[in-house]
Amino acid sequence: MTKSSLLAADARTKKRNAAESRFKAYGFAAICVAMIALVVLLLSVVTNGVTAFQQTYITLDVVLDEDRLDKEGNRERADMAKVTTIGYAPLLRDALLTKIAELGIETELSERDVGDMISKEASATIRNKVLANTELVGETVSLDVLASGRIDGYFKGRVTMQSAARDANTSPEALELAQALADEGVIVTQFNWRFLSAPDASDQRPEAAGLGVAILGSLYMMAVVLCLALPIGVASSIYLEEFAPKNRWTDIIEVNISNLAAVPSIVYGILGLAIFINFMEFNQSSPLVGGLVLTLMTLPTIIISTRAALKSVPPSIRDAALGVGASKMQSVFHHVLPLAAPGILTGTIIGLAQALGETAPLLLIGMVAFVREYPAAFSSDAGLFGEAATALPVQVYNWTQRSDPAFVERASGAIITLLVFLLFMNALAIYLRRRFERRW
Amino acid sequence: MSIMKLTASTMAIAALSTTAAVARDNVQVAGSSTVLPYASIVAEVFGENFDFPTPVIESGGSSAGLKRFCEGVGENTIDIANASRAMRDTEVEACAAAGVEEIIEVRIGYDGIVFASDIDGNSFEYTPEDWYKALAAEHFIDGELTPNTFTNWSEVNPDLPDQPIQAFIPGTKHGTREVFEEKVILAGCEEGGYMQAMLDSGVDEDTAEEKCMAIRTDGRSVDIDGDYTETLARINADANGIGVFGLSFYENNTDKLQVATMSDVTPSTETIASGEYPVSRPLYFYIKKAHIGVVPGVKEFAEFFISDDMAGPDGPLAEYGLVSDPELATVQDTVANETPMSGS
Repeated sequence: MTKSSLLAADARTKKRNAAESRFKAYGFAAICVAMIALVVLLLSVVTNGVTAFQQTYITLDVVLDEDRLDKEGNRERADMAKVTTIGYAPLLRDALLTKIAELGIETELSERDVGDMISKEASATIRNKVLANTELVGETVSLDVLASGRIDGYFKGRVTMQSAARDANTSPEALELAQALADEGVIVTQFNWRFLSAPDASDQRPEAAGLGVAILGSLYMMAVVLCLALPIGVASSIYLEEFAPKNRWTDIIEVNISNLAAVPSIVYGILGLAIFINFMEFNQSSPLVGGLVLTLMTLPTIIISTRAALKSVPPSIRDAALGVGASKMQSVFHHVLPLAAPGILTGTIIGLAQALGETAPLLLIGMVAFVREYPAAFSSDAGLFGEAATALPVQVYNWTQRSDPAFVERASGAIITLLVFLLFMNALAIYLRRRFERRW
Repeated sequence: MSIMKLTASTMAIAALSTTAAVARDNVQVAGSSTVLPYASIVAEVFGENFDFPTPVIESGGSSAGLKRFCEGVGENTIDIANASRAMRDTEVEACAAAGVEEIIEVRIGYDGIVFASDIDGNSFEYTPEDWYKALAAEHFIDGELTPNTFTNWSEVNPDLPDQPIQAFIPGTKHGTREVFEEKVILAGCEEGGYMQAMLDSGVDEDTAEEKCMAIRTDGRSVDIDGDYTETLARINADANGIGVFGLSFYENNTDKLQVATMSDVTPSTETIASGEYPVSRPLYFYIKKAHIGVVPGVKEFAEFFISDDMAGPDGPLAEYGLVSDPELATVQDTVANETPMSGS
């Protein structure tokens, strides 16, 4: 390239230009570091967690033996309920042994070890099926049951022959048998809908653990936060911004709101325990209390962003409205608020996303728990959102503490699910801003 | 817009007022994170086989659980507290002050505490004395307390492998730490005659015990305040590390960890039940008697927890690593008769 400019840069200009390019390089390096950290984090979560969305099933033809399941022979649900899940386990084991014999697969495993290849969850599944339709007794039903955590881990590459040789809970023989069954198409790996719908499971059945209760709990809490934080937050911002006199009191309130936004979230948990559970006697572990605590936590965020959105509406709009004879309230509700709405919505969604990812305040109100029952949105006993539930980040926290290595995958899978929810909410916030934003 | 908001707030207020009269039909449990896996295994099977909803089990630690247990009687308090240690007298008093008068103590079995290292590393055969010598902050040599200078296990005991001392022990907030200090460090101090030497030289007993149990803080011993998963991660990162684990955690991770013997006994549910393996502790849960018959399923859940099907030597809890209580029948009677513990 030939030099076309006649300007000869002097020493000071060169120095300034050098400083500028150095600054650009620093900025670029900073972005790079942030990106690398993000990529490493995402990669580790995704590589650990993506397998949680796959699950290994065994297809079995289970003979529902009348002698075992219905000793009275009367098909009465009450009588048959006396047979516990422990009584159903042998049926499954026998079904698998029959299958192995039919296919002519040789194995040195004991009958008990073969039985251990089936998840303990399976006997509950089949018991519920039989009790729901007692006429099934005596028939042979074909169904897909969960394989145990170690077998599942083998097909996902988490358990290897080497690790199995040292593992007290499985053996290379069991993995060889599983491989032989997979070659015959008896063991299949398919998409794991259960992971998103099933409730949590105990430490003995990581393969059955799912996020159903946690997702429901999070949704209920978000509903409570939205219904309370949005109206309260918007109303108080409108008052502070448009109507309140500017004096020392409003200054104090303003400083306090900014302060509250930075208070550690566990403080809201302590407050929630004292006020909502001990004083108001709401149910502990309930999404209602969780939602109320998160509302308190989100309010400052919403108020600050709403006030910023109201401030960004030019005064000329208000003046024009007042000039044609509108009252103060008409000017706010007919003109200022609609123009500020995109900013308010964005702030609300970001506040909700922050609340969705919060664990600490839930610790004190009993939501960091093992919950198996789906919480009903309303029940006559517990009231609205009064039944025990957990939340998505809580489930991650719980699973990282479990001793079975299979829960590492589950925890990462839960993080992926949480990230997808957050991504969706933030994308919605950006869309709303782009769609409705007005520039002056 | 304004009408919409008005409706939203009215709805919210209406929602709050409908929940004023609350009741729950599920059993609510909180407490020790060591008992949590056992309690959740039982809760799961209980929910599947009984017509009661699955109990809700919270973790958070023995002390936190017992504190919430002692908040009072009523539907908004928990029914059962899990604990990895016996209830203290001060806690019983706090309970009584809040109106929690009759408490049933249930011992579910024993938990073994094991020492494990990386599976590909050296194997260890310890005695409590080795641990005292390796981890004590100060040694009592020739009538004087001198700082611990050992840096290698082979210096502690020539029979141990040549490997730098790096221990990961439970932090002070864990109940496990107390057991570790008493049954390993203090026992080692006594076995080796160091305690006696201190007493002989005129140190009073409390100070001697305190000196025996003081753990070095020069980085050779690291307190782990998180869970066993954190200890495992530390050992994965540092092959020289020796960690303190619960027996059930070790049994679920035998492909990554090898266990050390203590005084020539390999820890297992059998050796712990027989008392040969020295480092173990009882696990408990406590029931509020006032809640039996009020909250549905409390007694049924407690009875099912300690039934032979669950807590017996062949039950799922033993399979997971709980050492079955040899006196389980007595415990079952306590629950069946709802006998409160003495002094409560």
